[in-house]
Parts: sequence; structure tokens; C-alpha cells
Amino acid sequence: MLQEFPEENIESLATGAWILGTGGGGNPYLSTLNLRRLYAEGARVQVLQPDELADDDMVAVVSGMGAPLVGQERLKDPRHMARAVELMEDYLGRPFRAIMALEIGGANALSPFLAAALLGRPVVNADCMGRAYPEAQMTSFAIGGLSMFPLSLVDVRDNEVIVTRAESWKWMEKVSRAVCTAVGSTAATCKAPRTGREVKDWGIHHTITQATELGRVVLEARARHDDPVAAVLDHAKGKQIFRGKIVDVDRTTTGGFLRGKTVIEGIDTDRGATLELAFQNEWAVAFRNGAPVAMTPDLLCLLDSVSGSAIGTESVRYGQRVNVVALPAPEILTTPAGVAAVGPRAFGYDIDFKSVFK
Amino acid sequence: MKRIGIDVGGTNTDAVLIDGDKITASIKVPTTQDVMSGVKAALAHVAAHIGDTPRPLDAVMIGTTHFTNAVVERARLERVAAIRIALPTGASLPPMCDWPEDLYRAVDPMIFMVHGGHEYDGSPLVPLREDEIREAAMKIRDAGVTSVAISATFSPLTTECEDRAAEIVRLIIPEARITLSNSLGRIGLLERENVALLNAALQSLGKTTVQAFKTALAEIGLDAPFFLTQNDGTVALADVAAANPVFSFASGPTNSMRGAAFLTGLSDAMVVDVGGTTSDIGCLIGGFPREANNIVHIGGVRTLFRMPDLLPIALGGGTVVDAETGAIGPRSVGYRILREARVFGGQTLTTSDIAVAAGMIEMGDPSLVSDLDPTFVQETLARMRAMVAENFDQMKTSAEDVPLIAVGGGAFLIPDEVPGASEVLRVENAGVANALGAAMAQVSGEVDQVFSDMTREQALAAAETEARAAAVAAGADAASLQVLEIEDIPVAYLPGGARRVRVRVIGDISFG
Repeated sequence: MLQEFPEENIESLATGAWILGTGGGGNPYLSTLNLRRLYAEGARVQVLQPDELADDDMVAVVSGMGAPLVGQERLKDPRHMARAVELMEDYLGRPFRAIMALEIGGANALSPFLAAALLGRPVVNADCMGRAYPEAQMTSFAIGGLSMFPLSLVDVRDNEVIVTRAESWKWMEKVSRAVCTAVGSTAATCKAPRTGREVKDWGIHHTITQATELGRVVLEARARHDDPVAAVLDHAKGKQIFRGKIVDVDRTTTGGFLRGKTVIEGIDTDRGATLELAFQNEWAVAFRNGAPVAMTPDLLCLLDSVSGSAIGTESVRYGQRVNVVALPAPEILTTPAGVAAVGPRAFGYDIDFKSVFK
Repeated sequence: MKRIGIDVGGTNTDAVLIDGDKITASIKVPTTQDVMSGVKAALAHVAAHIGDTPRPLDAVMIGTTHFTNAVVERARLERVAAIRIALPTGASLPPMCDWPEDLYRAVDPMIFMVHGGHEYDGSPLVPLREDEIREAAMKIRDAGVTSVAISATFSPLTTECEDRAAEIVRLIIPEARITLSNSLGRIGLLERENVALLNAALQSLGKTTVQAFKTALAEIGLDAPFFLTQNDGTVALADVAAANPVFSFASGPTNSMRGAAFLTGLSDAMVVDVGGTTSDIGCLIGGFPREANNIVHIGGVRTLFRMPDLLPIALGGGTVVDAETGAIGPRSVGYRILREARVFGGQTLTTSDIAVAAGMIEMGDPSLVSDLDPTFVQETLARMRAMVAENFDQMKTSAEDVPLIAVGGGAFLIPDEVPGASEVLRVENAGVANALGAAMAQVSGEVDQVFSDMTREQALAAAETEARAAAVAAGADAASLQVLEIEDIPVAYLPGGARRVRVRVIGDISFG
């Protein structure tokens, strides 16, 4: 049954998605503004549960792609996200039944809503990461061995690209990233279309609800002057890894990604200890006094100690008071195939994955 | 160097005369309804001492909260026109799309979006549509609007589109006062555009304010160049500053922090400036307030530009204390403290009453608070201490204990011992620290750009050269320039090793 996504949920979704972004996925501020404006103009988005899809329904998987800094100047426009979906429909010669997010983390959680508001199609209550990850092969669909093509990409001019085939997920990532860079390092994309069956079998379900509820508990705790971080831990059954103050941020870009580490000096019960959070767009591995204590695919979230707001790898800065919390990863990411795709070794760390929840 | 510094706050107007690093005269007078009569009174008092030494007066430095108040009160703002050069991007998020409705109505904008702008690498996004700008300018002219804000994508990188648009607008509206976003804000189109629009809305006020100061100075017979203090602890020539009122938004607390540095001789310390309603905690680095590197909301508008990193606390001399529970604030009697506080015969228990009862300061009639239970007083003090300690700790940038300088009219509220502080310093003349900070101000130059296809060292050097040039253009003595801040961030996903570099240099005013 289609359910209308109410306007008052927009802020909750954005707040929760920014936390599930684990430092990446882009700040949802501009997407939130866009969606609010579409709602103000009368648009309404319906949400569809994954089990309501027919096996042969077609589902569009959308995401914005590119450098967040470019997005701050070349402000996004929902029409381009909608156009990426239409372009794919034209190519397939078949209409999409619904639209879903590539990642529930950060701004991209709202991307299907922007397209859906313009196209009058529902959004599926699912994504294929359950968080944010930097690369296309780091999805549940890739872990499931599903097809990685075709892909459509639309820029703000009149450039429209369809990548019809790719040798592998890695090649799809490489080719589409090159195109994205060529058009100014920001573009709207519609990834490989999925059937209803595929979404039901391999999608990560109910993540729209998960992000919205998570955001809601944070906003409510803030309004009551309760501890929003405690609310996150309680609601999402998370674990506090560390509490402290940012004392150093070291960023480099290699291979097109923002890599680096941030160093946190402990306070309260962690006084005297140091936590190093390594990142590649998203937070990847936490080292306490040099030893790995938490890592991907568990979700590592850096939260502002006072507001409970997520802090991104691009905006973390010296002196911030933070709580590092871990949230449980979607089950598929912790399977052997999942760990191979998104575990610490996928990010260049020679460490065996050990969940803080086991 | 002989200078007058004056700080016009919401409650008090303070003035000092300094000769070298010596304070020759100082005064604190209540800020008057018409502002200028208080300014004249304060100026006249310190000006009377200019003749004490033979040297002439070099400059008058003025700090004022006038412009911020206008935005907060949604008053004295003028109608603006916004021209954004960014199509085909951003059509869904027009200028001012996230402004509070009352402020939006107060500036009643005309909004135009035209084709053009640049990419992160300096190449054109799409060709600039000059005809669209011309059309917009004609409509603006026909509406009788003269204050125009122009923004373009990646204009901090290349100002070409904004410059060309300004030329076109000026041809059609010769009397236009034009604000270019690249001259004020940083990367982040919406935030930079917001700064430009706020600035544009304050054009008339900037002009009339500077004219009023000019008249006041003339009436007192002060014939020296005069400057307005800026958010970053520097000054700009009054006529230049009048065109950029947003740069004076947070100059009050900044002046206090600079004054605190001057009075203690410390260049690296934490400062708490205690006012009547709130306190601000900031961090001095190299004698200047550390800058906020993030979004700052002004009157409900998201902005990103040169602002001090301040943490406001709802604790001031007039903060109301609940007589039953001892809860502190956030309500305050503010400037009505001389009527409403218990020690002055009023009915409201304030933090100042607690301080008097505890013997921390003498003011008013102590017998009027002698009925307070000593345990209650001590418990309330402990709560105040905890408030200060917690906020102080949050703003500290290192785990080591650092000195805390307490300034402002309510400095007595800060306890002698604060956890995390190596010592709490109180200084003579702390009450006029802000005027002193104004008198001490210097000149700066800044660059914030993305540099591509060069090594990190080359990019930093190129940025420093540009920042130095900007400082000299702003009136700095080239020989006195010092680099105050360098920050560089490699930019993800961009080819050519793109790196965003921000450099700020600072120097003495050139009186040549």
C-alpha cells in the first residue's frame, strides 16, 4: 500500500540520513531545501514497501555523483535527477514502477524523493548500502552479483550519457566517474535498473523508515534538551566507541577520493586515550591507541556531542567535541561476500573484520 | 601613534585615547537613543586629552553594532535586487529561498537568475548571457531600486562574470550601489550570495552611519582619518567599510578580545566577554580571534564569511536567577539592571545580586540581598561556575590548561578558578577593552581560492602573494605584513591536484 511521506518527515529523514552517511554521502541541506520547495508547490511523494513490488516491476536506482564542493556552487536541481530516470526509461523502452536510493547515507537519501516528486512515481523503502560508501561496487546489488549496467548520466547542460555495458562494477565506477569529471565533477545518475524481484532479494529494506525514525529521535531529544547522542545509541542499538575532542585532521586526495585521518583526544571515561579515525569519503576504521577497535562495515558515525548532528569528513575540524558511535551494519554487508566488498581490506587495511556487535 | 578607539554597543558607548601603548584617557557612557549624542559625549571627553602630548591624532577607530542590529530588528534595511549568474544550475533554489519570511519581506527583493558562471577549474559553465543581465538591470532601474547584489558560480575562483555584470548594471543604473559576492564570501554559492544580499540591504544605512560619524567628529573638531572595525580584528577606512557593512557585524566581541590581548600582553589565551545579557567565549591566537570555519547564522540567514568563532552563553550581569530553584537564565533584565536588580532596589534576583551577596563585588546596596541564604548563594555560584567551565572547555583547542581573560562589564561573575584554566586574569580597564581593541586594530588581506596544476608549495605561495596584495590594497604598510593563517584542503574528485587555499595576512596601517 502506498503511503504518503509527510512533509514533517523531511527534516527527520535528512537528519537520520546524515548520521547513516558515516561521514560521507554529502550534507543533505540543499536536497532538503529542494524537497521542501517541491512540497510547497504541491508535490507529494508516496512510499512503497519492497514486498509490494511485483517481480517484473522495474525500479530506478538514483544518486547524485561528484564532488560535494562543486555541489555547493553548482546548486542541484531536481529536474536533472528526474531527467536521468527518464533517459533510462527511453533507453529501456519500459517505464519504471518506482524509484529508490543508491545509498541511504547523506544527501543521496533524498535523491529519489526529488525525482519522484517530479515524476509522480513512488519511492521504494530501501536502498543498496544501508549507509554511504564511496564506490559503485560497494552495494548489496554488487555483492549479489547482479548486472552493473546500463547507467544514465545527466548534466546541467544538454549532455546525456548512457554507459551501455561495463566489464565489471569496478569498470562501471571508473568509466562513469571519468564522464562525471568531464562534465564538471557533478552529475545526476540513474544506476543499473533493477527488477522488483532483485530489490526484494538483494535490496536493503526499510532504510527510509530507519533513517526517518533515527532522525526523529535526535530532533525530539534536542527539543527536550535531552542527550541526542544517547538517543541515537538507544534507538539504533549502537555502541559508543569514544568521546573526545578533535585535535588533528589530515586530508589528502588520492585516486579521486578524499582520504585521511582525524585524531580525537579522549575526555571523560576516555581521558588519556587517543582515537584515530581513518576515512575514505566515509569513516572506515577506528584505531584506539594504535589498535583497530571498530571498522567498516559496522557504521562509524562521528556525532557532535551537543547537537547529535553528524559531522562529515569534509567538515570535521579542530576543536569539535564529538562522540564516535558504531551502529550495526545491514546483515548482507557482514557476510563473507559483503566483507570482501566493503570490509577493511576493500579500503586498503590489512585487518580482519571484527564487528563491535559480536 | 596616537589614536582614539570607540565602541558603540547596545548598552554602553566606550572610548579611549591611546598614545603608543599607553592609555591616556578613557570613558564609558550609556548608549543613547539617537546613538550619536552618546558618541559625541564620549569622543569629546577623550579628545580633550589629545593636547596632553604634542603629537597629533593619527586616527579614530570606530566599532559599532549598528548593522547587526538592523538585520536582527529587520529595520532600516533597503529594498534589494539579486542577480545570480548560474543558470542552468540552481534554478530550483533561487536567491533568498531559505531566508526567514519577515526578513525576506523587509528587503522585498527583486530576483533575477541568468545564464553564465564558471566551473571549479575556471572554465565557463555556459556562455554569459549579457542580454539577460541588461534586461534585469532595466527592470531594476524601472523599479527605482539602486542596491544590487551580484553572485556567480565559483566567483571566488574567477570574478569575470560578476565584474562584467557589474559593468552592464552600472551602464544602465549609474547610481547603483553594487555588491559582488566574491568580495565578501567564500565557496558555497547560497551562503556567499546571502552575505552579498545582506550587505546590499545595508547600503543606505552604511552610508548614513558613516556620514553621521563624520559629522560627529567634525563637530568635536577631530580632523583625522577614521576607520570602522571589522569582524576579524582589523579596520577599514570608513568610506570603504560603509560599502561592506557585513564585515562589521561581529566587530564588538572581536574588539573586546583584541583589547584583552593588549591589556594582558597575552597573544594566545581564551577570552570571556561578559555583557549584560550574554557572554561570548572566544579563542585568541596570535593576538587575533580564531575564525569560525563554518556556517554562521545572522538574523536567521545562513552565511559563510570572515567571522570570529564565538560561543555565546546565556549568562550576563542581568541574567535572572530563580529565587526558588536557583536556576540561572536564560531570561535577563539586560540594560534595566539598574532598576530591576535587587541591590538597586528592584524586585528581580539577578546574577549580579548573587555576586554582591557572595562579596565578589561591591555595587548597589548590599543590605538588600542580606536576606539570601548563604547556602543558596554558594549553590548558585557553583552553578554559574559550572556553566562557564563547560563552555570554556568546549572552546578550548588544546587539552593543556590555558589562561582565561575575563573582560566586559560583568567580568566579576567569572570565578577565580575555572577547571581547565591555568589562571583567570582580570585587568584594569577591562570595562573598555572593546574600545581599546578598536584603537589597536590593524589591516588585513585574504584569499580563498582553488588552485590547480601546481604543487602544494606553489599553491600556498601563490595564495600568499595574492593575500599580501589584497592587504596593501586595503591600506596596509607592505613592510609590516605578517601571515596570520594558512589553511589548505585538497579537493575530492577534481583532477589536477586541485587544492583550496585560504591565506590571511595582516599588517599595520600605512599612514604614508
